[in-house]
Amino acid sequence: MLFEGSKPRILSLMALLKYESQVRPPLVVGEKNYHDVTEDICTPVEANPSKLWWIGFLISVALLMFGVYSIYREVTYGVGQWNLNRTIGWGWDITNFVWWVGIGHAGTLISAILLLFRQGWRTGVNRAAEAMTIFAVMCAGQFPIWHMGRVWMAFFVLPYPNTRGPLWVNFNSPLLWDVFAISTYFTVSLLFWYSGLLPDLATLRDRAKVKWRKMFYGVTAFGWTGSTKHWQRHEALSLVLAGLSTPLVLSVHTIVSFDFATSVIPGWHTTIFPPYFVAGAIFSGFAMVQTLLLVTRKVLALEEYITIEHIEVMNKVIVLTGSIVGIAYLTELFMAWYSHVNYEWFAFKENRVNLFSPYGWAYWLMMGCNVISPQIFWFRKMRRNLLVTFFMSILVNIGMWFERFVIIVTSLYRDYLPSSWSTYYSPTIWEVGFYLGTFGLFFTCYFLFAKFFPVIAVAEIKHILKKNGESYKEKMDVVEKESVEEFAHHHAH
Amino acid sequence: MAIKKFVVGCFYDEQVLFPAVKQVRKAGYKIHDVYTPFPIHGLDAAMGLRDTSLHTAGFIYGITGTTVALSFITWVFTTDWPMNIGGKPFFALPAWIPITFELTVLFAAVGMVLTFCYLCQLAPFVKKDHFHLRATDDTFVMAIECTEKTNEAEAQQFLESVGAVEINTQYRETGWWMGRYDKETKFFSEKAEAIS
Repeated sequence: MLFEGSKPRILSLMALLKYESQVRPPLVVGEKNYHDVTEDICTPVEANPSKLWWIGFLISVALLMFGVYSIYREVTYGVGQWNLNRTIGWGWDITNFVWWVGIGHAGTLISAILLLFRQGWRTGVNRAAEAMTIFAVMCAGQFPIWHMGRVWMAFFVLPYPNTRGPLWVNFNSPLLWDVFAISTYFTVSLLFWYSGLLPDLATLRDRAKVKWRKMFYGVTAFGWTGSTKHWQRHEALSLVLAGLSTPLVLSVHTIVSFDFATSVIPGWHTTIFPPYFVAGAIFSGFAMVQTLLLVTRKVLALEEYITIEHIEVMNKVIVLTGSIVGIAYLTELFMAWYSHVNYEWFAFKENRVNLFSPYGWAYWLMMGCNVISPQIFWFRKMRRNLLVTFFMSILVNIGMWFERFVIIVTSLYRDYLPSSWSTYYSPTIWEVGFYLGTFGLFFTCYFLFAKFFPVIAVAEIKHILKKNGESYKEKMDVVEKESVEEFAHHHAH
Repeated sequence: MAIKKFVVGCFYDEQVLFPAVKQVRKAGYKIHDVYTPFPIHGLDAAMGLRDTSLHTAGFIYGITGTTVALSFITWVFTTDWPMNIGGKPFFALPAWIPITFELTVLFAAVGMVLTFCYLCQLAPFVKKDHFHLRATDDTFVMAIECTEKTNEAEAQQFLESVGAVEINTQYRETGWWMGRYDKETKFFSEKAEAIS
């Protein structure tokens, strides 16, 4: 049998099963044992909030309050508080909606797709990224809801037996698909995130010294004990939820792109939209993960868990997805010309590419931020430079915001009939306020999360520690130097 | 449930734990459970636990979601209120795929999580007895249930011989109750006693 009787050799069979080549850099730096991992990640949660935390938190709450007031204006006086006009019925609000949903996608990619691909590095960043997903989707959901104007009738989008017939919702409409997609996405992400949190909350509960902590983590940990049977089910649950989330995350942004692609508007009516939107979503999402984690790892002193390797890997994803987005832009442009559809070609040539058209600046800003600037990450030095990474992560998100703005506004402001071309659209202070308000919501949630929950999945780090930890990697040295025959001789069973 | 007697031993290394589990089982002791701070692959098999059927449950929930979505939309758009949209067919299957897919995922995910919580007895305000507080930190805790046949001292010695540390005997409740972790009182203590 596998484990019977064998005295632990320099390298026991258990460790062999987890063997990973030394060529791969360690994911946990420093001499760590399981207890150190718990200490490192739980200590910031148990400490009192710092001054910096309070400042950040209060700024976020202030932004949120400004957002609430902007919404109050919009609800009280109507959508006229915004500068939407004919034909620009969607402006900043839907731009922001798509932007926030996109940001959420990186969290699911890290937690689900990389789990299926067995990427060990995801464990350092998945918890924070999943939290980011949930908060981003919460922010995204605000925009279509408040855009309705008569928000007290928002429940009309749900198919329920009503006294108006019953008159059902239109199941053939992409806008309704969106309702289902976003609400499913939010629910599943929340379940995935929280089921992963349970063991870590139990760790915090069992370490708690103060009454309120025992109470709070006792309630939130649901009575988790760490039983082997429970772990077995937990693993099965995570795997299946990952399997479900993977097509889900692709479907969500596909459906968001259908909002545009299924309508016969020049610049929207293309089949490239679903893959192009998904790539863009992951691109902007990873940029946001970088922004958040670069600050988080510094403030919470987690540089040994969110290492420079993690940052570099994510920068690789950014340059990959950024290039996919770039190819999509060019393909779109080429197809507009190649299709010989006058309206389509006009939308691209005059409304977008022409730098001197009213919104030409937005198109080129998008091109610069999304396609040209990420190419800097072909250089290893740049990928591993924190300052460059932080700057780029902001730049990419500005670029991705402008992508959505360009798609929505430049297609809408001049369509088929020149007589219905609209005037220049710029937002009112309440539109901007609403957007800032969602930043407030997002960061308020993130600050609370980073204070009261472990930002790194403690149990998952322990799971990979003996495979990817720096001090354990060194012990693998023996195996690396063995010849194939020796290796087979030593470890055959 | 009931309060039972356990011989409890701790391990600090999963490489010691694995052979120990095998030996303890071979010696005929009844392992109540092993509590670990993180999932250890293969431990369930070593303990002789059968594989979980949670996947199957998830599949059934998913299929239920598919069926609910397809049959409901079909009924609405072909029977209850057929709508003529540009002369297109009432039964517009391709247009219903997105919602059908979303509901499949939603049903499967929500159903599985609820089943998981039910099977593991996890819920807010659920409280359980714990053998060792560091079982969620860095310690692997093995609890051997004492039956009439078990010799407590012998079991303790045996655990020591297979590499366990911090060995002791504990009386623990095996079930759960409604309570809070900062208080000893149970929410429904009188009621439960009255029933029993």
